Amino acid sequence: MLAFIIRRIVQSAIVMLVVALVSFALFRFVGDPIGNMVGQETSLEDREALRTTLGLNDPFVAQFGRFIGNALQGDFGISYRLQQPVMELILQRLPATLELAFVSGLAAFVLGVSAGVYTALHRRGLLSTSIMAVSLIGVSLPTFLIGILLIWLFAVELQWLPSFGRGETVVLPGGWETGFLTSSGRLSLILPAITLGLFQMTLIMRLVRAEMLEVLRTDYIKFARARGLSNRAVNFGHALKNTLVPVITITGLQLGAIIAFAIITETVFQWPGVGALFINSVRAVDVPVMAAYLVLIALIFVIINLIVDLLYYAVDPRLRVERSAARH
Amino acid sequence: MSISKNTGRFYRIWDSDIAYSFRKSPLAIVSGIVALVIVLAAVFAPWIAPTNPYDPSSLNLMDGFTPPMQENAFSGNTFLLGADNQGRDVLSTILYGARISLFVGFSAVLFAMILGISAGLLAGYRGGWVDALLMRIADVQLSFPSILIALLIFGVARGFIPPSQRETMAIWVLIVAIGLSDWVQFARVVRGATMVEKGKEYVQAARVIGVHPLRILLRHILPNVMGPVLVIGTIGLALAIIAEATLSFLGVGVPPTQPSLGTLIRIGQQYLFSGEWWILLFPAITLLALALAVNLLGDWLRDALNPRLR
Repeated sequence: MLAFIIRRIVQSAIVMLVVALVSFALFRFVGDPIGNMVGQETSLEDREALRTTLGLNDPFVAQFGRFIGNALQGDFGISYRLQQPVMELILQRLPATLELAFVSGLAAFVLGVSAGVYTALHRRGLLSTSIMAVSLIGVSLPTFLIGILLIWLFAVELQWLPSFGRGETVVLPGGWETGFLTSSGRLSLILPAITLGLFQMTLIMRLVRAEMLEVLRTDYIKFARARGLSNRAVNFGHALKNTLVPVITITGLQLGAIIAFAIITETVFQWPGVGALFINSVRAVDVPVMAAYLVLIALIFVIINLIVDLLYYAVDPRLRVERSAARH
Repeated sequence: MSISKNTGRFYRIWDSDIAYSFRKSPLAIVSGIVALVIVLAAVFAPWIAPTNPYDPSSLNLMDGFTPPMQENAFSGNTFLLGADNQGRDVLSTILYGARISLFVGFSAVLFAMILGISAGLLAGYRGGWVDALLMRIADVQLSFPSILIALLIFGVARGFIPPSQRETMAIWVLIVAIGLSDWVQFARVVRGATMVEKGKEYVQAARVIGVHPLRILLRHILPNVMGPVLVIGTIGLALAIIAEATLSFLGVGVPPTQPSLGTLIRIGQQYLFSGEWWILLFPAITLLALALAVNLLGDWLRDALNPRLR
């Protein structure tokens, strides 16, 4: 167990190091950092002097070491486009993305699991068939088209919900800007959350359905029924409980996907989050922001994967047996 | 033999298992027709399209926002699917846009296929540290969504290309970015199949008589692992088309001077609020039909090539 954890942590560290290297290469070799800082009339000698003071003439390894040192302290330099510290920009926009990701992730999990259980228990019902048909559309439509479709239906035609932005926000004592506390903020959240969560919801639903159908066929479920347990106890206490291990793993991994797909949703709904910041930086080739986002997203993914792996290992005893059997 | 007259190449294809399973699947036939119509329309766009949307002299700004099948009050022109904000015929922009979408999609899949097959053959045949290294890279890449990888590669590449060449290089950067985000699937499947084929007698026989390893890989092993590669390639094509549309929609794909389907949808979205729905709707339907048809074809191909399902 300990060896497994150590191996995973070492692997994650290597991934982070590679990402940091790419990010640093981007930082250092795209354009001339000096050219971005000084005016045209600066003489060549002054440029060279500045280069030496800033340490740009140092060996590569020394510069890379310094970059990692700064990154660990959250210092990624100043955005070319907005002329503000990159970390400040990201921290300012992170609450918007995290609130959106949290709501859509939660909705996808709750709705996905309930719809999956329902369609598994009532396989031939009218509602089940329609849910499955809708889910097929949800899987095949690209995210941005779902968003546009929802805007067209609920914002343009019906005019029930706002089509862009976060609505009114309240700044909490810690500097966290939340949209949960105002009604316009909550209304603004609905469409982006559906757009972002729909794919994950259908995925979880199909997974739960398939797993439930599998488990419901097993002997111990038949035995539980023979013992005269209530439907509720059989379906939820025995069947659902045993389907949840893979579901939790997939959901955990999908959390990262939600944060990545937030880029698309944030662009469609002009949601002021980290994803929209990143897209604007790619368009404007704002290298410091791109480099920082690269490191941040990799960190989030590595942490999520690590937690899921450990969780999986802890939850499923079969995995431990297989691994030790394979080694001998 | 009674059928000896009909043993031409066409008959052999018509009589094969694949063709039989195609004829027996209505969904595959419909998807095949839809995909074929869109591909042909895109390829022959310069001859089919009523106007050339890239030619500024054919545009008339007075035609802007003409609804479908209605006569424009100023110019008296009518457009089957309406005209966009610049007075371009929507049907023509769709045909030319599908051309770009398909070109990027096909090229990206081809690139991913070549990269993935090479990596897979190498990893499966050589084994050892080459295998371990390639598969670790694949594992790491698989844990990130491919659209994110494509976006990051695109952003990084844009950073390294001088600003004057960004417009002209954009389409190639896009192809490489989407291709690099998608090679893992091919590599994994080819590696697995290669490891199986490697142990078989015909490969051992070839090795014993001293055939060059490269020749063994390309002439003997590769043809035997192509089945699953084609399935992944077809589904990958649908994914690549959607990835291209997504990136272009985000405004980081092909330059606006050469709009693909995704770019057209982005332009159309701006006019949704003022009621000009046709600028958005028709490109969106085309994209959806194309992606869905290719996807369903991929599903059919997977079932048709799987002997266990026969």
